[in-house]
Amino acid sequence: MSKIKPSKGAPYARILGVGGYRPTRVVPNEVILETIDSSDEWIRSRSGIATRHWASDEETVAAMSVEASGKAIADAGITADKIGAVIVSTVSHFKQTPAVATEIADKLGTEKAAAFDISAGCAGFGYGLTLAKGLVTEGSAPYVLVIGVERLSDLTDLEDRATAFLFGDGAGAVVVGPSEEPAIGPTVWGSEGDKSETIKQTVPWTDYRSGEVAKFPAITQEGQAVFRWAVFEMAKVAKEALDAAGLSPDDLDVFIPHQANMRIIDSMVKTLKLPEHVTVARDIETTGNTSAASIPLAMERLLATGEAKSGDTALVIGFGAGLVYAATVVTLP
Amino acid sequence: MAATQEEIVAGLAEIVNEIAGIPTEDVQLDKSFTDDLDVDSLSMVEVVVAAEERFDVKIPDDDVKNLKTVGDAADYIAKHQS
Ligand SMILES: CC(C)(COP(=O)(O)OP(=O)(O)OC[C@H]1O[C@@H](n2cnc3c(N)ncnc32)[C@H](O)[C@@H]1OP(=O)(O)O)[C@@H](O)C(=O)NCCC(=O)NCCS
Repeated sequence: MSKIKPSKGAPYARILGVGGYRPTRVVPNEVILETIDSSDEWIRSRSGIATRHWASDEETVAAMSVEASGKAIADAGITADKIGAVIVSTVSHFKQTPAVATEIADKLGTEKAAAFDISAGCAGFGYGLTLAKGLVTEGSAPYVLVIGVERLSDLTDLEDRATAFLFGDGAGAVVVGPSEEPAIGPTVWGSEGDKSETIKQTVPWTDYRSGEVAKFPAITQEGQAVFRWAVFEMAKVAKEALDAAGLSPDDLDVFIPHQANMRIIDSMVKTLKLPEHVTVARDIETTGNTSAASIPLAMERLLATGEAKSGDTALVIGFGAGLVYAATVVTLP
Repeated sequence: MAATQEEIVAGLAEIVNEIAGIPTEDVQLDKSFTDDLDVDSLSMVEVVVAAEERFDVKIPDDDVKNLKTVGDAADYIAKHQS
């Protein structure tokens, strides 16, 4: 048996930079009320959402990703040629093949970076981050770009009262690179496929193509079941991630949960007994639920407004369709 | 040991107080969660989850809809607790 030389990675990994892109068009609740029987007050009280962004034809998944990534790369203080891998998490890129990651890697000017898409719904950012950490510490890529991007407006049934107001579009990206200190904690993640029906695409593309259904597929959910799972089970997962990192709620500076619903966020903060000093991301009010993009978008905004600062310790947790989830503690870039 | 109806109502009162900020003395058998106690459909899910933990019962989503009043919930818990 020949001896294989092992790869050599960095001792640890960290998030070095973050960037976001929010589509130009801001959509207030009034626009949603044109297609569903609801009220601004109901939408705000049940979800915390006041406005969301919807992408134009030009604001494609690739275009938004390139914008967000350019900012993340600049924020990390590196150049695109250093990027060894590009991981894109999305459920709203409408070409099965090739992966949109390859186009993004090329447009950014990487030097033939490995590039692929993953599908992990609203946990996509945490899944991508975990892969990136592995690649950096294992030595397959010196720097990895992780992108969460969605055009959920394309998958929204504007006549569905349970979801029409919920979703938004946008892209968020981080650069993960080497670190001398641990700066991304152990990931607590998993899937519960027995609950795959609670958030899903209405029908497969093939049913639409065959004309079996006339309505373009959209994302539907059993709102209460998802809400129950999120407030009950996900608070436990968040706590496990804290424990795994050897930290207590007091050690945290920032909490960045997936921006699914303000009520879920408030409930988690209560259950986790987060102290007053912990800054909580509430980006959902003006962004809606952007699935895989929500955590990096919220992270970028907290840093941009000064509500959080570089070096802060943040608990991040994503959860959604699958059902899938991923939580970890990170040092903010 | 199974809780008495009095204990269940007292427990529910604490839960509703914690989740919706309603004074515990307002939580009476005949009170409707949504109409009287400011517990909307999502807060109700939180109440149910807290009640499941506290009283060691399972309250499936489909049954939650039928729990209109504090009395409904107390009866349900009394009947289903192990
Ligand atoms: C979507 C969500 C806000 C709906 O809230 P809900 O309380 O479960 O809504 P329900 O369908 O049970 O309806 C409750 C009441 O509001 C009404 N309602 C439902 N949708 C409405 C709307 N869009 N506008 C106004 N009223 C509405 C219903 O008719 C019902 O009224 P009734 O009690 O008089 O019959 C909530 O379930 C939710 O956010 N769940 C989590 C979803 C999530 O985060 N998903 C993404 C995870 S990644």
